[in-house]
Amino acid sequence: MPDTMLFAMEAALNGLTAGVMYALVALGFVLIFKASGIFNFSQGVMALFAALTLVGLQSGQVPFAHLINAIFGTRIHYFGWTLPTLVAIAGTVAVMVAFAWLVERYIFRHLVNQEPIILFMATIGLAYFLEGLGDVMWGAEVKRLDVGIPQGMSGTVDDLTFAWFGYGFYMDTLELWAALIAGVLVLSLILFSQYTKQGRALRAVADDHQAALSVGISLRFIWVLVWSMAGIVALVAGMMWGAKSGVQFSLSLIALKALPVLILGGFTSIPGAIVGGLIIGVGERLFDFFLGPIIGGATENWFAYMLALVFLLFRPQGLFGEKIIERV
Amino acid sequence: MLDTQPEGYVTADGRKIGGVLMEMKNITLRFGGVVAIKDISFDIREGEIRAIIGPNGAGKSSMLNVISGFYHPQEGEVWYKGERRPRMRPYEVARQGIARTFQNIALFEGMSVLDNIMTGRLNHMSAGFFKQALWWGPAAKEEAENREKVEKIIDFLEIQHIRKTPVRRLPYGLKKRVELARALSAEPSILLLDEPMAGMNVEEKEDMSRFILDVNDEFGSTIVLIEHDMGVVMDLSDRVVVMDYGKKIGDGSPGEVRNNEEVIKAYLGVSHD
Ligand SMILES: Nc1ncnc2c1ncn2[C@@H]1O[C@H](COP(=O)(O)OP(=O)(O)OP(=O)(O)O)[C@@H](O)[C@H]1O
Ligand SMILES: [Mg+2]
Repeated sequence: MPDTMLFAMEAALNGLTAGVMYALVALGFVLIFKASGIFNFSQGVMALFAALTLVGLQSGQVPFAHLINAIFGTRIHYFGWTLPTLVAIAGTVAVMVAFAWLVERYIFRHLVNQEPIILFMATIGLAYFLEGLGDVMWGAEVKRLDVGIPQGMSGTVDDLTFAWFGYGFYMDTLELWAALIAGVLVLSLILFSQYTKQGRALRAVADDHQAALSVGISLRFIWVLVWSMAGIVALVAGMMWGAKSGVQFSLSLIALKALPVLILGGFTSIPGAIVGGLIIGVGERLFDFFLGPIIGGATENWFAYMLALVFLLFRPQGLFGEKIIERV
Repeated sequence: MLDTQPEGYVTADGRKIGGVLMEMKNITLRFGGVVAIKDISFDIREGEIRAIIGPNGAGKSSMLNVISGFYHPQEGEVWYKGERRPRMRPYEVARQGIARTFQNIALFEGMSVLDNIMTGRLNHMSAGFFKQALWWGPAAKEEAENREKVEKIIDFLEIQHIRKTPVRRLPYGLKKRVELARALSAEPSILLLDEPMAGMNVEEKEDMSRFILDVNDEFGSTIVLIEHDMGVVMDLSDRVVVMDYGKKIGDGSPGEVRNNEEVIKAYLGVSHD
């Protein structure tokens, strides 16, 4: 096999692992959008907040320590214990579910039947609130997150590919795990929505609110459910990105990467989010591999957005999205 | 008069009508300045086909929406199975065994006919999320049982040939039938039908009338029916409430209602549509 092919394959495989993560983040958006017509601007900040909470629980940080210290003149910062990763993850899931409940109870319950733009504005507000809450609760400094997955080159992949092709691919162990976990989560979300009672109710709500009510489905319950699911998706995304490059504000920007994925896949399509994520993941690596050197590199910063732009021109409903035909 | 018997009676064609299942007491519903329902009372007996008729804008759909919990009246009480019903959300009412169809059809357009009808069974599925995830066997068994019930209804309403068709692709008349199937699959105590025959041709109307009678006969369902077509109402219903401008102007058997002066003046005498 010629070397270029091998290098391209390596790039594509790495793109695939990144793509699974994009798909996961996009899925967080799709879930909420389908069930409630809300474009959740705060999805990225939810990932940051989840990662902060995970680090905080893991390292035994006292929540609101700065605030408490400022008011009472104390100097507490840590409880003095640390939690095993799995326990901390379970705790964070509980926090995200509670968050979902609060969001429904105190924000969206009061905005039922409002215009989509109003709901969207509410999520912008929510994003800023959550960002501030994260700071106050856990502190604003950059944190290291260790979930027990090693970083650096995967020896297994290197050995395997070397044995097959005579050239060892470089793939990051952490990214492989991230892709695996994201893949499992995506799969379980699909199974959940296809084969469980709540999944069927979820699809019903996504299709028609009135009809869903008439067969006895509680919209509030479904909203809490989708926000919880989006919270768990955010946790996994925040955890993986946080483990890679530290838990800090820039983590909330991963949501921006989901936007082109959504434009490609369609805002209402679960398969669309997955395929869109993979196309963008692989596409940006291959594009960079073949054309990066010619046009001066760093194409990964803009490739996804350019692709999205092309799609907006030629297929605005996305690959799988429902075609919008105005009835007149 | 037969229908004053508290314990119920047997109709001329031999159907058993039971006692009062639901009672509306002095219902008043306003939308801003518009009074959609003005101090209306009537009852619904177990096993009967109860029609609500009246000209456009009379408040028929509003009444149905009050019964199904979509609208909440400013005044009055709803009594169900001998108890006063507190203010309830539509999904809670549905869980109490009151199923409905809509005047403008509310189906899950993106799902198949079968999936649509299966949603009617949601409240009969006990298996929660965790149980389903951890305990596949019983959940699968329950799914199969529900599926069987749904298949029966599909056969009954003669829609086998479109079982797997996405609802979006169906013609209007069949959509109405699928909506009835979904409501029916919940095995409701009361079935509320808002103009099930509107917009249908004569043949479709005859089919639908037959289905409604068969449903009532076969499943013993109590049916509340809104209909414009006086002829259809006379054929189908045991008792009729007549509304006009939010007021009740008549209540009784089709024969009584037809001969009621006020009804003739307000409804039959004037053209509508
Ligand atoms: N959600 C609502 N908001 C405001 N006004 C309403 C609402 N629903 C019904 N109305 C008003 O209440 C009155 C009764 O309407 P309703 O739909 O109950 O009549 P209807 O008898 O079902 O008429 P139709 O035969 O045309 O279906 C009308 O004046 C209508 O405009
Ligand atoms: Mg109406």
